[in-house]
Amino acid sequence: MLNLLPLIQNETLKVWKKKRFYVIVLILVVLIPIFTYAQMKMAQSSEDKDWRSKLLQQITDYQNALSSDRIPEEWKTQRRVMVQQLQYYLDHDVNPNSPNAVTFTRGFLDNSITLFIPLMVLAIASDLVSGERTTGTIKMLLTRPVRRWKVLLSKAVTLTLYVSLIIVTTAVLSYLLSGIFFGYHGWNQPVFTGFQVQGSAVDSSQVHAVPQWLYILMQSGLIWFSAMTVALLALMVSVLVRSTAASIVTMMAAIIAGTILANMASSWHSAKYLFAVNLELTNYLKGTPPPIEGMTLPFSLLILAAWSAVSLIVSFVVFTKQDMMN
Amino acid sequence: MHTQDSTEAGDKQVVLSVRGIRKRIKGKWIIEDVNFEVREGEIFGFLGPNGAGKTTTIRMLVDLIKPTAGEIILCGHNVQREPEQALRYVGSIVENPEVYPYLTGWENLEHFARMMPDVGQDRIREVVAIVGMDKRIHDKVKTYSLGMRQRLGIAQALLGRPRLLILDEPTNGLDPKGIKELREFVRMLADQGMSLFISSHLLSEIQLMCDRVAILSHGKVLAVGDVDELVGGAEPYVVWQLDDPEKGKGCLAGVPGLQFAEAGIRLPDESQLAALPGAIVTTLPAEQVPVAVRLLVEAGIGVLAVQKMMPTLEELFLNMTEGEGIA
Repeated sequence: MLNLLPLIQNETLKVWKKKRFYVIVLILVVLIPIFTYAQMKMAQSSEDKDWRSKLLQQITDYQNALSSDRIPEEWKTQRRVMVQQLQYYLDHDVNPNSPNAVTFTRGFLDNSITLFIPLMVLAIASDLVSGERTTGTIKMLLTRPVRRWKVLLSKAVTLTLYVSLIIVTTAVLSYLLSGIFFGYHGWNQPVFTGFQVQGSAVDSSQVHAVPQWLYILMQSGLIWFSAMTVALLALMVSVLVRSTAASIVTMMAAIIAGTILANMASSWHSAKYLFAVNLELTNYLKGTPPPIEGMTLPFSLLILAAWSAVSLIVSFVVFTKQDMMN
Repeated sequence: MHTQDSTEAGDKQVVLSVRGIRKRIKGKWIIEDVNFEVREGEIFGFLGPNGAGKTTTIRMLVDLIKPTAGEIILCGHNVQREPEQALRYVGSIVENPEVYPYLTGWENLEHFARMMPDVGQDRIREVVAIVGMDKRIHDKVKTYSLGMRQRLGIAQALLGRPRLLILDEPTNGLDPKGIKELREFVRMLADQGMSLFISSHLLSEIQLMCDRVAILSHGKVLAVGDVDELVGGAEPYVVWQLDDPEKGKGCLAGVPGLQFAEAGIRLPDESQLAALPGAIVTTLPAEQVPVAVRLLVEAGIGVLAVQKMMPTLEELFLNMTEGEGIA
């Protein structure tokens, strides 16, 4: 009956007026210059050297590590893959770390996909429903002539909007702020993608160069996908758990557990079905070996989509049937 | 004890009809068989001690909780099956008026207006004027006092031009002046044809505010009826103040049809009696009062005051629940 648009307007307004998004922007504005400064220091310390000799140095370091007996086999695999990738850049005379705002943005996005972006998403998703229950406003919300599924749908749409906004804001802010130090160029610098990791070898037959702007676009899309999975799971937890604090802690624990598992569970194969292990989608783009053998980009997308679908179903079924006791 | 519904009810439209609702929570029956009807333009009291199931019932009326059995019909629509139609006719405050503290009063009203059909800026302005909040409406709600939050709560409940307004313990936290204003406000709304459903655990409040009442205890409705009728059902007391109470008592004992309240009969409100030291409480048919007075005068006993005292709902209620307790 009633159009969804006014409901979405309500929800968007409430998140905005709660000043959650301001906090997120504030965190970004504080953190990005810190990382930029660190990056700049790093660049300065080796300014005297040519990037080629730096890359060669790095390759030699990795190879030395490979010959050591004390390094576990998994690490060696990773090192071998990295050596081959660096070699590829060297062969094609492309500097993978040339300091500019676009490269910084690419690196920042890569590193923020596991914890930083999910954390910001949780700041908004975790109290969408539980927050209204804690304050009791849910009673006012659900005694309107509006079906409950519409209320929840409007919240889910609002969440999608904010997740997208968070990712765009992160990318734009990191470009604008790091550009102050590094300069705003680098859009068309080539990045190699398409490395196929098979065991300890890298198949570079599929490798092709894409301009950095396109790479960032692809990256953002994957980050959006993984962030949406986190958001929808958080929405479900927010429906199931009455307290916002409990809801945030539950989700944070799941995500952190996932990143820890990704580092140590390479021999526990069924762990690859856990959502948190699959969040690092951008690694497929970069060509880093997956945490568990047999994981591929389509596989991870499928797993995340399945988790999202299940959490949406649970959220809607529970929310529409639930007795609102307080 | 079950008082019949008042007879002239037939010509007034039923706004809310509650039929045999029951609710079981965690294996325990919280509500067992609640039935009542609220008609157009009446102020309906919902009376019961804390824990009797008042709020649970109200939550079922507005679709926050689904009844295990039974049905609730609001203006011809089943609340559980057609919430979009049914809830259009009802405005409510369940427990405290919970609004968004980080929005202004006006933004809160706009928020709720967007969730209802045909409620625009004009209507918001109207309800703000009705509750008299023009001055502070653009301030953040977190700066409001409890009384103002209450007003804002009523304003949002009135937004959709409801035919039934549900107020859950509305006088909680209000000072005597606020309670008096609320009473007048409620009467004004009823005079405009709105029905009101007001829950309370205080009998005096229901007595002062309501036309009809349902009395709830342990999840069951004990009685539904006119407030006057439920009160009128019991005989009024005749309270005597005499200059010589001892002698007077002996004299009164000779009046036909007179009974002393002390002799196992219920007493009226103790707080009222406390103001009348030495008073003798009796029950006596009205036509026998002059006979008794004459007898006292003839015996040379000075009559200081004779007054009728209505039993309160409180007393009535105590009797009902005590009876239930024994059974």
